[in-house]
Amino acid sequence: MKLNERSLAFYATCDSPADNTGFLYKKGERHTAYHRRWFVLKGNMLFYFEDRDSREPVGVIILEGCTVELCEAAEDFAFAIRFAGSRSRTYILAADSQPAMEAWVKALSRASFDYMRLVVRELEQQLERMRAGARPKAEPLVPPRRERSLPSGGLRENGCAVWSQEAPSLPNGSLPRTSHEGGPRPPPLPPRRKPSLGSSPAPLLVPETPFTPGTTTFSRLHDWYGQEILALRREWLQSRGQL
Amino acid sequence: MRYNEKELQALSRQPAEKAAEIGMRVPKKGSVVKRRLVKLVVNFLFYFRTDEAEPIGALLLEHCRITKEEPSGFSISFIEEPDRKYYFECSSEEQCQEWIDALRRASYEFMRRSLIFYRNEIRKMTGKDPLEQYGISEEARFQLNAPQPTGIECRKEEGLLGRAEISPNSFWPGGGGGRT
Repeated sequence: MKLNERSLAFYATCDSPADNTGFLYKKGERHTAYHRRWFVLKGNMLFYFEDRDSREPVGVIILEGCTVELCEAAEDFAFAIRFAGSRSRTYILAADSQPAMEAWVKALSRASFDYMRLVVRELEQQLERMRAGARPKAEPLVPPRRERSLPSGGLRENGCAVWSQEAPSLPNGSLPRTSHEGGPRPPPLPPRRKPSLGSSPAPLLVPETPFTPGTTTFSRLHDWYGQEILALRREWLQSRGQL
Repeated sequence: MRYNEKELQALSRQPAEKAAEIGMRVPKKGSVVKRRLVKLVVNFLFYFRTDEAEPIGALLLEHCRITKEEPSGFSISFIEEPDRKYYFECSSEEQCQEWIDALRRASYEFMRRSLIFYRNEIRKMTGKDPLEQYGISEEARFQLNAPQPTGIECRKEEGLLGRAEISPNSFWPGGGGGRT
């Protein structure tokens, strides 16, 4: 399959934010020798370089659909990137320390496009609800599942835990807190509109967004929300007799 | 560059965000428009011969520019080679605009910027970081400036609290196209 490799190489080396970087030992495909490589995680792409100052990556592991597991390999601090499918390759990597290994496993298990999209949609909806006047609610994140079959070895590998691309949970395993279970309540929203007569909700200065979340361009959303700011500002200037 | 081709092929068989048969011309000397099945899955655009199950190729859609081309078409080019364009011909203006909108939203980097923007907006309105309740507020991918660690460490980044006002385009010059 053709792939725009030059663009991939550019993505790997340009100064857009990396989600994790560091040296890892990578087990060779056919031989058991480990090679030390400089790894750069950006989005759902894990690039690896011969060395830290190499100009081009040796290769890339496309992470979409993978699961990340601890494994008992010959090396300490080893973990595996596995894919579904009978003839898929498993990548065995090893870090230099326990904290480094944990950081990599965590970063890689949340590297999918789906995960990022899930979090964006969640915040987008929260913002929508807030603009409509409701209080922000915390709900557990449930990722949309792509159809994936499990690796033939099952989910438990040598009795070790498996990190896959599931909904995030707190380190102690509990579900995320909801806003009404302990902790301070969020502060009341600042008054945004002049109150209308009685206790009915204030009329919106601009109509409800015509966009369904997640279906329009970011710049359009930004422009659209900006209208309200402009309207408020005009109002304020008028009230000060400056218009 | 080595890559896990089997997984990319498997990805091309996943449910698509968008798929259609449209005309495509690759940036190769003497190439002509050919009818292709074009399929958008996560941040990849796959293209197939209309009667084949395996894609001819894939385009990773990071740091690319989507440009309207007359009539009812668009092109995809990449930041590091802006004159090298993949051309697509749609059957209507409407279809064309739908593809342009979908492709511009299809990059991981675009989603990251959106997330940071929404996070900041919510924080301004409530005084609280909306990611805290999920225990993910410290993750590097959600920070404004991701860490550039030395060796194997991953520095914790300061949160967005205390920073000056951020507009959605100010922290990524060039807007949707990424940096040169």
